[in-house]
Amino acid sequence: MTTVLPVTARRRLPRRVSGGSDAPVGTRSRSYRAMNVIVTIILSIGGIVMIAPLLWTFSTSLKTKEAVFALPPQWIPDPVQWETYIRVWTAGPLASGIWNSIIVSVSVTVVGTVTSAVAAFAFAKMRLPFKNVVFLAMLSAIMIPFPTIMIPQFKMFADAGMVDTLWPLILPGLFGNIVMIFFLRQFLDSVPDSIIEAAKLDGAGYLRIFFTLIFPAIRPAIAAQFILWFMAMWNDYLAPIIYLNSPEKQTLQLVIASFNATYASQTDYPLIMAASFIALVPVLVVFVVFQRQIIESVALSGSKA
Amino acid sequence: MSTTTIRRSRLHRREHLAAAAFIAVPVLGFLIFIAYPLLFAVYASFTKWNGLGEPVLNGLDNYVEMWNDPYFWQAMGNTVFMMIGIPIGLVISLLLALALNRKMRGTTFFRTVYYVPVISSLAAVAILWQWAYNGDFGLVNQVLAFFGIDGPNWLQNADTAKPAIVIMAVWKGLGFSMLLYLAALQSVPRHLYEAAAIDGAGAFSQFRHITIPMLRPVTFFLVVTSIIGGAQIFIEINIMTPTGGPEFSTASIVWYIWQKAFNYLQMGYATAMSVVLGLLVFVITAIQFQVNRRSQFSIE
Repeated sequence: MTTVLPVTARRRLPRRVSGGSDAPVGTRSRSYRAMNVIVTIILSIGGIVMIAPLLWTFSTSLKTKEAVFALPPQWIPDPVQWETYIRVWTAGPLASGIWNSIIVSVSVTVVGTVTSAVAAFAFAKMRLPFKNVVFLAMLSAIMIPFPTIMIPQFKMFADAGMVDTLWPLILPGLFGNIVMIFFLRQFLDSVPDSIIEAAKLDGAGYLRIFFTLIFPAIRPAIAAQFILWFMAMWNDYLAPIIYLNSPEKQTLQLVIASFNATYASQTDYPLIMAASFIALVPVLVVFVVFQRQIIESVALSGSKA
Repeated sequence: MSTTTIRRSRLHRREHLAAAAFIAVPVLGFLIFIAYPLLFAVYASFTKWNGLGEPVLNGLDNYVEMWNDPYFWQAMGNTVFMMIGIPIGLVISLLLALALNRKMRGTTFFRTVYYVPVISSLAAVAILWQWAYNGDFGLVNQVLAFFGIDGPNWLQNADTAKPAIVIMAVWKGLGFSMLLYLAALQSVPRHLYEAAAIDGAGAFSQFRHITIPMLRPVTFFLVVTSIIGGAQIFIEINIMTPTGGPEFSTASIVWYIWQKAFNYLQMGYATAMSVVLGLLVFVITAIQFQVNRRSQFSIE
């Protein structure tokens, strides 16, 4: 359970159960292949449905304002107008939105990952009275939906004078992420206690054990959780909309939402689409680069449930 | 003998201190940002509070108001209605997972394609679907026109606004459940199928008697997490129908809480609704843990 799932193993149902004669096997695999063609066609149609809205966003962002309403719709804009991608930077606080999102997502995930990983190590491998009680109490917190605690949290940050700053988005995350602690703790089961004991006999302190032994051993799990958390922070909307008012303080998701509200009345859809597309690009890039880790960690977390 | 016990207990004490220090930060974060706000939410739900001054106790008034508030019930009803996407999405994603579990070319490519909406930002996706649902020149109606259907103005019509949001939510979440089903399918022990085939079970009865039962834990996990996520639907609503939709038809419970708290400054009332939401989610999760304990399965 603690290792990453075999992705390619056991792909296929057994085909050769009938033994001896070759004829049935041949027809079977031929019908299997014929079925594959049908399945591929259906999957392709479905795939177009999945991707079409995204492609259409990009295509619309390159159109002139008039071409947006052309009938029949143009999939390939004529003329192609890249100018919108220049205009979009001055049409609203897009650059500061990206910058704010980077500040929030990077600071939270980098610091929070270290605090989570160190705590997971203590929960999994160190002796401490009542640590499992504490762990279960914290784990039960994942049942509490954010909307239930958002109003008191808002009061706390308002009393501290932090509304309309990035702090309410950053501070809670710096203290770690309970879901991440949970998964890293599970993953640490696969690290043998003996290497820790050996390091202790050599006189290594716990911090050194963590950074030289534990951290490298659980790096794949950390990487996977880090990416998932980063994407969640980058895409967050409810917390930012509660705390941030000034346009230049807003994160990217709020900026594109306000683009949507402002420019829809002016029917400047290419501009809205360009801003939305720019907001999509970073996660798409992260996904393409880390696809394997993301897919494996999602599959792993689901099957663990 | 006694010196070694002393030394050991001293070593233990040092380990205890180090471990306590390591877990201190997340524990502190939990107390400050979750436990305390939760207690405060319960307290504030019994108060009249505008968010600026201090909360003033007013007993059960908020809960009575909630009981008599038609908008609360409508928002609850809308939220529950929008969950019809959950079973639809589960069936489609299971079929997709079965298809992608076949030995054929392009499965990795398709897996990626179907997963792209999952990782895309919901805000951006809501914007582009709002635009796709436009009655005059939206993508959806253009596709329908191709088949000779005259589509409605989806989000401006009380009958179609909710289904429109459901369709989008299914589209967005399909890849996630597909992936979990795929992982579960690939971990079903092969010998079960071999044994069943020897006993003469056909493909359909293998599916019914082996695949479906083996997938039950994942199905259950998906049902529960989707209900919890669905209970908190907000971003789509806030972006696609900023005023709660025609005739309040798309207002979800979180949207209504948010509206009452931050636009009308009825913080006490909003907190009471949020406590009810929290209780509902808690009950659903508790049921999951209970049932899951009974139906443990492992990949061995």
